[in-house]
Amino acid sequence: MTQEAGRTDEALIAAVGGDPRYIELVTRRARLGWWLSAIIFTAFVGYLALIAFDKALLGMPIGNGVTSIGIPIGLGLILLAIALTGLYVAYANRYHDAQMAAILKDHCA
Amino acid sequence: MRARLAGALAPVLALIPVPAFAAALEGEAQRQPINWVAIAMFVAFVGLTLWITKAAAARTRTASDFYTAGGGISGFQNGLAMAGDYMSAASFLGISAQIFTDGYDGLIYSTGFLVGWPILLFLMAERLRNLGRFTFADVASYRFAQPPVRSFAAVSTLLVVSFYLIAQMVGAGQLIKLLFGLPYAVAVVIVGALMMLYVLFGGMRATTWVQIIKAVLLLGGASFMALMVLAQFGFSLEALFARAVEVKSAAAQAAGATPTEAAEKGRAIMAPGGFIKDPVSAISFGLALMLGTAGLPHILMRFFTVPDAKEARKSVLWATGWIGYFYILTFIIGFGAIILVGTDAGYKMADGTLRGGGNMAAIHLAHAVGGNAFLGFISAVAFATILAVVAGLTLSAASAVSHDLYATVLKHGRANSADELRVSRITTLALGALAVLLGLVFEKQNVAFMVSLAFALAASGNFPVLILSLLWSGCTTRGAAWGGTIGLLTAFILTLLSPAVWTTTFGLGPAPFPYSSAAIFSVPAGFIAIWLISRLDRSPRAAIDKAGYPAQRVRAETGIGAFAASDH
Repeated sequence: MTQEAGRTDEALIAAVGGDPRYIELVTRRARLGWWLSAIIFTAFVGYLALIAFDKALLGMPIGNGVTSIGIPIGLGLILLAIALTGLYVAYANRYHDAQMAAILKDHCA
Repeated sequence: MRARLAGALAPVLALIPVPAFAAALEGEAQRQPINWVAIAMFVAFVGLTLWITKAAAARTRTASDFYTAGGGISGFQNGLAMAGDYMSAASFLGISAQIFTDGYDGLIYSTGFLVGWPILLFLMAERLRNLGRFTFADVASYRFAQPPVRSFAAVSTLLVVSFYLIAQMVGAGQLIKLLFGLPYAVAVVIVGALMMLYVLFGGMRATTWVQIIKAVLLLGGASFMALMVLAQFGFSLEALFARAVEVKSAAAQAAGATPTEAAEKGRAIMAPGGFIKDPVSAISFGLALMLGTAGLPHILMRFFTVPDAKEARKSVLWATGWIGYFYILTFIIGFGAIILVGTDAGYKMADGTLRGGGNMAAIHLAHAVGGNAFLGFISAVAFATILAVVAGLTLSAASAVSHDLYATVLKHGRANSADELRVSRITTLALGALAVLLGLVFEKQNVAFMVSLAFALAASGNFPVLILSLLWSGCTTRGAAWGGTIGLLTAFILTLLSPAVWTTTFGLGPAPFPYSSAAIFSVPAGFIAIWLISRLDRSPRAAIDKAGYPAQRVRAETGIGAFAASDH
């Protein structure tokens, strides 16, 4: 927890930073993060645009019932947020962590 | 003892530009007869949390204990605590009240409050945990000259927290007066005093447990209400909505509408209404909610209470799950209230408005489905909810003063843990006193704009600084400190010039800035200012800042050298 610990880390950081496997992993992970962010961002802004420009569409009933199209879309957005979060965590737990641990282990040994 | 309820709903009203909705919620907050069941339940909650605080106090010896509970909170616990920090009484009562009045519009709100969480996870959560120790300023200033960036982050934290806190204190006073029949000033002092006890003695450990208990109580209570509502309609949403539309149509017909108009009025609750005026305000408001969530200091601080990046990740998943679930419950509760509260004359005044004001829909529904005992329970939960939120806010502001300003800027990182702890406790006392004072001063003021201002400031200052310092090698000290400040100022000034403040609060006539949220301009202003100032920065320090990026990036991605949990 001190600066001394930080200094001994520097060689390790340089070695890991130059490792092509690290670069590949970080690039892949960042791409996943940006893609998922773009999906949720676009979905939400699209939803707002739909509300701003075409309220009637969201008010259309589904089939002969009372429930409107807007209900599954709105609730779907909530579920999408949870699902994408879960997807990222599952992916990171399953692949990213193990791959990163393997890279770090190689350089620490 | 009449006061407007606008304050109690500040976080919701704040962002709603539509007069029709505001009017619906501005019921008179009359003092109710003293509710003994509610008080007994609340006393039980306070007793339990103070006992936890006492236990936590014995284990709060270092700055690390105080700020981050020693880093030993699990992802699951932290996720619940984050949900407890985020689900305010206003979102419970306000969103269900909005659905009670307008139907569908409440759902737009809920989605806006939720979508920031995934973005926080995808772009920031793990990197925050890997680089930070106590406050988000640790991360924002990681490779920069400390005083300028820390000062920016501390000022920003204090601004965001102050506005959020004032809105919560005024809301707390109004709500407690209403639910418990206590005078406003007594209510504000009780909230201030309890919050100070939790934070002062129990630090992050006690605050976390207060938030966890509150989250469990709120989720449990809301689940029960939603279940009771759904049970009456054979667990069919279609049947629930159909009956709600019938009720609204019948009400419109009783008010003198023709059958066609009445049918249309009924159907209107299934579609977006007047909530969003123009596309610019709509997108701007969405940006403020979404990106502001990822810049709230008291939420970001919670990432340092878990041992590593993996638990930080899990925290967000749990938080997102619980908060999303809560908003779905609120949606059902709002529709349930239309039917069970809206058709029962016992919950209404002679003129047809709800007893106690428009935002009492969920509270009356609690009575309708669970009688007096459950009404008392839900009232106590609403009180507990406010306490948990203000405790989290105060802790993050105290950390900004003691860790960022005192220990880092003033003492150049050489303050010892005991001194730092003492400064944070003095700050907590000062903040608690200030919060009570501001709560009293603003009693009769319309503080509705303050939460939207807090979100806009967080989205325009903290968020761009964090993203660019984490992900752009070209960012420099000057760029972060001054660019972030420009983002903050833009959000601040445009909000002052917007209708909610200029016209509604100060009565200065038509607003110079016509949109309901500043974010669509102030967020890009923050990003562009940081980029431009960094680009033009030719100082020797800029070279050091840029040279520091590769190592910072590796630390952020791998967790090498991350501050570990300190177990005693």
